[in-house]
Amino acid sequence: MSTPEILVRDLHKSFGANEVLRGIDLEVRRGEVVCVIGPSGSGKSTLLRCVNLLEEPSRGQVLVGGTELTDPDVDIDAARRRIGMVFQQFNLFPHLTVTENLTLPQRRVLKRDRASAARIAAENLQRVGLAEKADAYPAALSGGQQQRVAIARALAMGPEVMLFDEPTSALDPELVGDVLAVMRMLADEGMTMMVVTHEMTFAREVADRVVFMDGGVVVEDGTPEQVIGDPGHERTRHFLSRLLDPAMAEMEQESPDRADR
Amino acid sequence: MTGATGTPVVSGGPRARRLTRRRRRQLSRAVQYAVFVAAVIAFAVTADWGRLQNQFAQPDIARQMFPDVITLALKNTVLYTVSGFAVGLVLGMVIALMRLSSVGPYRWLAGVYIEIFRGLPALLIFIFVGVAVPLAFPGTEIIGGTYGKVALALGLVSAAYMAETIRAGIQAVPKGQTEAARSLGFTPARAMVSIVVPQAFRIILPPLTNELVQLFKDSSLVLFLGVTLEERELSKFGRDLASTTANSTPILVAGLCYLLVTIPLGFVARRMEAKAQEAVK
Repeated sequence: MSTPEILVRDLHKSFGANEVLRGIDLEVRRGEVVCVIGPSGSGKSTLLRCVNLLEEPSRGQVLVGGTELTDPDVDIDAARRRIGMVFQQFNLFPHLTVTENLTLPQRRVLKRDRASAARIAAENLQRVGLAEKADAYPAALSGGQQQRVAIARALAMGPEVMLFDEPTSALDPELVGDVLAVMRMLADEGMTMMVVTHEMTFAREVADRVVFMDGGVVVEDGTPEQVIGDPGHERTRHFLSRLLDPAMAEMEQESPDRADR
Repeated sequence: MTGATGTPVVSGGPRARRLTRRRRRQLSRAVQYAVFVAAVIAFAVTADWGRLQNQFAQPDIARQMFPDVITLALKNTVLYTVSGFAVGLVLGMVIALMRLSSVGPYRWLAGVYIEIFRGLPALLIFIFVGVAVPLAFPGTEIIGGTYGKVALALGLVSAAYMAETIRAGIQAVPKGQTEAARSLGFTPARAMVSIVVPQAFRIILPPLTNELVQLFKDSSLVLFLGVTLEERELSKFGRDLASTTANSTPILVAGLCYLLVTIPLGFVARRMEAKAQEAVK
């Protein structure tokens, strides 16, 4: 077996006195799709943000493609070029058109020339089905379209790994499907993906592995059939039952209400 | 409102002794107009229009001012303002970045600069540039003569305000923008230059325009630097002419020239503000 694409070892992260991650060990193999699920405040977004060092871990190691990102001497900007990231709030650059959103990073970071940056931008817009929006500004697009542009922007950099931080949580329900379809296509193409999500159907159908986190630790890690279909832990069962039928949640639960992040 | 809750108002009943809402509104408006008209009449009657006209509106003297008031005075005012604005913008940008720096002494230095130059009257800074700088660095000439001095003085004043404006603009750009840029492999400096600063400037365009208007007026302080005939701007030009003609008409004309620029600029600033509001929604 080759070295894992993402390797997380004994990862801890605290914000002040608040310990959000309490020792995470995780591997994502090349071409694997791993969905991270868990209640809000469980640390799943923080874990994802630690993988490309948007959050600096308090302790532990993160390796992506064999490079240790947590090494203070590593060129983090070079390392991040290989890691695409998609945010809950899209974070498109509002002062640039859709095409410029895709070409500017290529030209500034990868030093591609104008023509090839434009060509790669067009290809990737085509992939996410938004070629006709090339000249629009982000504000003129729906949330679902903006998120697909954000995915295309990350893809244009030619990443080896894609990280998705609740990519559909800010979308109106009817727009979720288009974004998931693009992610499914990427998964089918063999992209290595780590996805923090609440979309259980997506996790069940697309993920190779599902990781359930709670309270800053990995509670369960296995195939979707195991984790979602037949959870071994009470905490997982409890979470899934609340997620699948929110109306069934009992009042005054003694769930530890931690603030998100 | 009439008829406090609980007081039934029966329509068609006997006239209420208290004012109806409609009556009260009419009365309030009538009083306001009456006060306004009375004030205008009082002003018109008491002011000595003949003398005012004599002193401020002599067509012959006004005519005499053209075309120099435009081709020389207004031109110099604009030149001083623009060069001062340019210096202020560059300096303000540097100070704003210093203020946001992770290096303590930079933050501290920028803070001290802002506090000092925001707290001093522009006039003192003009005198400082005109007197103290040549004294402190003998032999050095400020590049551009008077123009350089004015640019420096106006730049020093406006940089303090602009630094605070630019800092606020940079901080108003959502953190997600920097994160997105960093996740794409931008270095911190590149993310700032390519992504954050352009957005910050859109946010602060209206306050920067107001700063330009402020500088336009402050350029009148150049008269404390001592200028040649060719270097005179609107205020100095108007004042000189007023003393030679022993009449204040030139002051009025110079004032109108200021308004010629500041009113459209203010209009543009408000338009941009409204557009920015619209874009945010």
